[in-house]
Amino acid sequence: MFEIFNLALLFSTIRLATPLLLAALGGLYSERSGVINIALEGLMLAGAFTAAAVTHWAGNPWAGLLAGVAAGALVAAVHAVACIRFRADQVVTGTAINILMTGIPALVSGAFFLSSGSTPQIPRENLIPWTPIVLAFLVLVPLTYYVLYYTPFGLRLRAVGENPAAADAAGVSVPWMRYTAVIISGALAGVGGAYLSIGQSSLFTRNMTSGRGFIALAALIFGKWRPVQTMLACLLFGFTEAIAIQLQGVRFGGEEIPNQFVQIIPYVLTIVVLAGFIGQARAPRALGIPYQKER
Amino acid sequence: MKLLRELLFPLVAVAFAFLVGGIVVVLIGDNPFEVYGLLLGSALTWPDGIGYTLFYATPLIFTGLAVAVAFRCGLLNIGAEGQLYVAAFATAWVGIKFGGTVVDVFGKPVGYGWVTLPALLLVPLAILTAVVVGAAWGAIPGWLKARFGAHEVITTIMLNFIAVALVSYFTQYFYKAPGDPIMQTVPVGPGAHVPRLGAFIPGIPERLPVSVAFLVAIAACALVYVLLWRTKWGYEIRATGANPSAAEYGGISTRKQIVLAMAISGGLAGMVAISEVLGYRHRYYDGFSANYGFTGIAVALLGRNHPVGVFLAALLFGTLIRGGIFVDAFSEHVTKDLVEVLQAIVILFVAAEALFRGPFGRFGLLKRSKV
Amino acid sequence: MLELRDITKRFGDVLANDNINIRVEPGTIHAIVGENGAGKSTAMRIAYGFYTADSGEILLDGEVRAVQTPHDAIRHGVGMVHQHFMLVDTMTVAENIVLGAEPGSAAAIDLRKAAEEIRALSDEFKLSVEPNAPVESLSVGQQQRVELLKALYRRARLLILDEPTAVLTPQEVEEFFAILRRMRQQGKTVVIITHKLSEVLAISDDVTVMRDGKVVGRVRTAETSAEELARLMVGREVLLRVEKAEARAGGEVLKVRGLTVSVGEGGRGLRDVSFAVRAGEIVGVAGVEGNGQTELIETLAGLTPASHISGAVQFEGRNITHAAARQRRELGIAHVPEDRHRRGLLLDFDLAENSILGDHYRRPAVSTSPLLDLEGIRSRALGVIRDFDVRPANPDLPARALSGGNQQKLIIGREFELKPKLLLVSQPTRGVDIGAIEFIHRKLVALRDSGCAVLLVSAELEEVTSLADRLLVIYHGRIVGEVDPKTTSHEEIGLLMTGGERK
Repeated sequence: MFEIFNLALLFSTIRLATPLLLAALGGLYSERSGVINIALEGLMLAGAFTAAAVTHWAGNPWAGLLAGVAAGALVAAVHAVACIRFRADQVVTGTAINILMTGIPALVSGAFFLSSGSTPQIPRENLIPWTPIVLAFLVLVPLTYYVLYYTPFGLRLRAVGENPAAADAAGVSVPWMRYTAVIISGALAGVGGAYLSIGQSSLFTRNMTSGRGFIALAALIFGKWRPVQTMLACLLFGFTEAIAIQLQGVRFGGEEIPNQFVQIIPYVLTIVVLAGFIGQARAPRALGIPYQKER
Repeated sequence: MKLLRELLFPLVAVAFAFLVGGIVVVLIGDNPFEVYGLLLGSALTWPDGIGYTLFYATPLIFTGLAVAVAFRCGLLNIGAEGQLYVAAFATAWVGIKFGGTVVDVFGKPVGYGWVTLPALLLVPLAILTAVVVGAAWGAIPGWLKARFGAHEVITTIMLNFIAVALVSYFTQYFYKAPGDPIMQTVPVGPGAHVPRLGAFIPGIPERLPVSVAFLVAIAACALVYVLLWRTKWGYEIRATGANPSAAEYGGISTRKQIVLAMAISGGLAGMVAISEVLGYRHRYYDGFSANYGFTGIAVALLGRNHPVGVFLAALLFGTLIRGGIFVDAFSEHVTKDLVEVLQAIVILFVAAEALFRGPFGRFGLLKRSKV
Repeated sequence: MLELRDITKRFGDVLANDNINIRVEPGTIHAIVGENGAGKSTAMRIAYGFYTADSGEILLDGEVRAVQTPHDAIRHGVGMVHQHFMLVDTMTVAENIVLGAEPGSAAAIDLRKAAEEIRALSDEFKLSVEPNAPVESLSVGQQQRVELLKALYRRARLLILDEPTAVLTPQEVEEFFAILRRMRQQGKTVVIITHKLSEVLAISDDVTVMRDGKVVGRVRTAETSAEELARLMVGREVLLRVEKAEARAGGEVLKVRGLTVSVGEGGRGLRDVSFAVRAGEIVGVAGVEGNGQTELIETLAGLTPASHISGAVQFEGRNITHAAARQRRELGIAHVPEDRHRRGLLLDFDLAENSILGDHYRRPAVSTSPLLDLEGIRSRALGVIRDFDVRPANPDLPARALSGGNQQKLIIGREFELKPKLLLVSQPTRGVDIGAIEFIHRKLVALRDSGCAVLLVSAELEEVTSLADRLLVIYHGRIVGEVDPKTTSHEEIGLLMTGGERK
C-alpha cells in the first residue's frame, strides 16, 4: 500500500486543497469580522454553477470565473444583509443559503439545460488551467496575512470581530466592515467553486461541492482563524482526501481499506480541536453576535 | 388574539417566500399561478394527495420538534441529519438481527438475523432503538459543549459527516446483500414493519405510505408540549435557554440541561426511523433522508419552536414536497427543486424577522406585546 | 465649545432626554450630575454621535453640526471615554489607539510613527503608557489612560468622560484628577459625567444637573454646595436615614473562616476572609466596586466552582463550603443578586414563572408528580405581587415589561417567600426609583426584625451605613476592617476602602 506515497500524491494534495483554501480564506475574512459563515458550501455551489453555466454560454473560462466570483459575492451579500441589517441568526441564515444553493442551480439547469441539476459538458480547451489558481496558494496566504496584520483594513477587521463597540466608538463603521468582509468571503468561495466546476472537472453537477464548504470551515477552525495555520489545515485535509481517492480499490493484506475512515479525518480533527485537546482555539469574541448599539 | 399574532408573522413570511419564489418562476419562464396551482392542488386531493402529504410531513414533524427542543435550551441543533442517520441504521440493524432476515444470495438463502421476535416485541424494541441511538448521538455534541465549551453548531455539522460515513461503512461492508448494486442494507424482518394507516383505517387505501408513524408524530408533539411547559424538567430546559446565568442562580445545572436537551433532540430526530425504516422502506439505505434534518430547522423556525407550530409547518413543507413531484412532472421548465428554494427563502424571511418588524411594527401588527 | 440645544431622545416608551439644553464653555471642566437613569449618558452619547437625537441641535464651536456617527464627532474634535472601556483586549495599546485613525497609507499602517506620537502625548500629560503592551495586561487605571490617549491622539479638544472614577481607587482618582487639570491647562475642555457630588466639587468649574431626562439646573461650582446639588438631583430634601430599631442579634447563622476564592479578572477574588453574621442583624459590606464583593456573595450563594474555593463556610453549624446552590436554598439561604437582568430574572418568562425560579421543583410549583402545578404557581405569584406591590399586577406579563424597580421588588419578594434564615443581598436598589428604594429598605429591616440574618453589599455608601448594624470594609479581596455604622465617618470608611490605615 505504500506505493501510493509518491509525487502524484503531493500534486493531488495541492490540487484538492486549493478549493478548500480559497473557501477557508474567504471564511476567515467573514469570521474575523464577527460573521459566522457556515454558508461557504452554498457560496461555493453558487460559484461553481455560475462559472460552468457562463463558460458554457460564453465559451470563455475567464468570463466564467469572473461570473462565479460575482455570483459568490452576490449570494454572500444576501447573507450579509440578513445578518447585519436585519440581525438574523447567522447560523440559520447560512443554513438557508446552503439550502437555497442546492435548489437554485438545479432549478435553473433543469429549466435551461433540461437536466436534473447539471450543466452540459464543457470542452477541454475551455477549462481553466489549474496552475494559476493553485498559485493562489503562494499569493493569497501571505497577502491575507499582510492585510490582516499590517493594514488599516485588517486592524479594523480584527477590531470589529473582537469588540465591535470599541471599533464603533473609534469611528469605524461596523456594518461597512462586515459587509465588505462577508462579500470578500463570497468572492473567494466563488473562485473555489469555479475551480471545481471549470478547473478540476468540466461541468457542474448537483451538489458537486459535497461538503467541501464545511471542510473549509473545519480547516478555518482547525487553523484557529489564522491564515498560515488555516493553509496548513487545508493541506492536511486535502491530503486526507487525496489518500481517500488513492485508497479506492487498494487492498491491504487481502482486505479492502474502507475509505470512510479516511474521509472523516477532517471532521474528527475539528471536533478534537474544538474540545480543546490540541491547544485552545479561541474564536473572534464577537463571532455570531449581531452588533447593536447598547442602550 | 395572542394566537393570531403568533400565526400572523409566519404566514407573512410564507407569503413573501411564495412571492419571491413566484418571481423566480417567472424568470425561468413559467406561469407562477400554474406552478403554484400544481404545487398546492396536487397535495390537497383526497386520498392520494393528502395521504402522501402526511407521509412526507411525518419525518419533518420529528426533526422540527428535535430542533425546537434544542432551541428552547438555547442550542442550535444542525445535527438532526446525522442523528437520524445513525438511528435509522441502528433501527434497521435491530430489525434485521431480531427480525430473522433471510436473503437470497446467488440462489442460496443466507440468514442475517439472530432470532425472530414477534412484531409485538420487535416493533417497540426497534422504536426504542431509534430513540435511544438518536439520543446518544445527539448527546455527544451536548456533552462536548457542557464539558469543553465546544460550539454545538460546528460539532453537529462535523458529526453529521461522521455519522453518514460510519453508517455507510457498516452498510457497505457488513449489511449489504452481496451483489446488490444499491448501497442499502438487507431488509428488516416482517415483524419489524409498522403498519400503514390504510391497513386498519377503512377509507384510506393501503397503497398510501402514511403509517402509524404519523400518529406517533402527533403524540410526540403532545409529549414535547407537556414536557416543556408542564413539567419541572421543561422549566429547567427553558430556563437554561432563556438565561443560563439566572438558571444557575435558580439551582439548575445548566450543563446537565444542555446534555439532556441535546439527547431529547437527538431522540426525536431518531424517530424519523419509525417512519422511514419501519414504516416505509423496511431497510436502511444510503442517502434516504431528503435533508429532513436541515428542513427541520425551517420547520422549527416557522413553527416558532412550538409543537403546534411545528406540526403546522411540517404539514406545509410536506405539501410542498408532495407538490414538487407534480411540478417536476407537469410544468414546462420548473423542477421540484423549487421546493428547496421556497424552503430557503422561508428560513431567510423568518430569520430576518426585523425586516417585518420595521414597516409592520408601526401598524402594531408584529409589535412585541409590552404591558 | 459644546452646546446641546433642545435635544429630545426616546427609547421605545422611555423618554431619555426631554428637550434638554447644555452649554459647555471652552477650557473648563464641566460636570454633569444626576441619579442613575437621569439621562446624562444618553445626552453625551448623542453629543458623541453614538445615538442620534430625535430632535434638537448640536453646536460645536458655535456652529450647528450634524453629528450622526462617532466619526463625525471625532472630526469635530470631540472624544469620549465610555464607562465600560472600549478597548480590544487582544490588541496592543498602539493598535487600540490608532484604530480608525491609522497613520501611514491604506496599504500599510505606520506603527512606529504611531508609537512615537503616543509616547510624546503620554509624556506631555504624564500618563506613562507603553504603546506596545497588550491591553489585556494593563490595570484598570492604565486602561483608562489608554482611553484618554485614544481621544488625545485624535486631536480631541473636548473630552467627554462617562463615570470615569467608578472603577478607580481614591488614590487613582487623585492622579486622574491631576491629569484632567493638566488637560485643562493645555486648553482642553472636559465634560465629566458622575453621580458623586464630592468629585463634582473637587474637580469641576461648572455643573449641569439632570433629573428624569430633564436639565433641572446649571450652577458654577464655586457658588454651590453638596446640599444644593443633592436637592436638585433628587428633587426634594434627601433623607436617606432609615427608620429602624436597635438590632436584637441572636446566634451566629453564617460563619466564614479563611475563605479564599481565586476567580475574577485582574487577580480579583477573595483572600482569607473571615466574619460571621448573626440572626436578626444586618451586616453591611462597603468597598469600591470590584474588590471582591461579587465573588463573596456568589461564593456564599453556591455559584462559584468548587475548585476555586478554599477555606470554610458554616451555616447554622453545618459545613456548606462546597454545597450546591440548590442545597443552600433548601437550607434557607436566599439571594438577591447584584445584576437582576443577568442573574435574577428570566426576562422572557412571565412573572408567574419568575416567581418560582429556584423553587420550581418543589411546592408550590410542583406537588407530587413532575408536572407543574399551574394554580400553585399562580397563587405564589399573586402573593409576591400583592406583598411587594409589583406593578402592573399581572402574573402573565413577561418580566421584561416591568420597570427596574418592579423587577427588583419581584425578585426580593420571591426570595422572601423562601422564609430565609440568611439573606444575601447585593445592590438591592441599583437603578431603582426613590419610592421603591424606601420600600425595599423597609422590607429589609422588617426581615431583620423577624430574626433573619442579612448580609448586604452595596456600592452606595449611604445605603450600607444607614441599613447595616455592623459594617465590614472590603479592599482587594480582604476584609480590612469593621466599623460601627452609627459612629463612623465617611472619611474613616473611605480610608479603609482604599487600603489606608485607620487613624
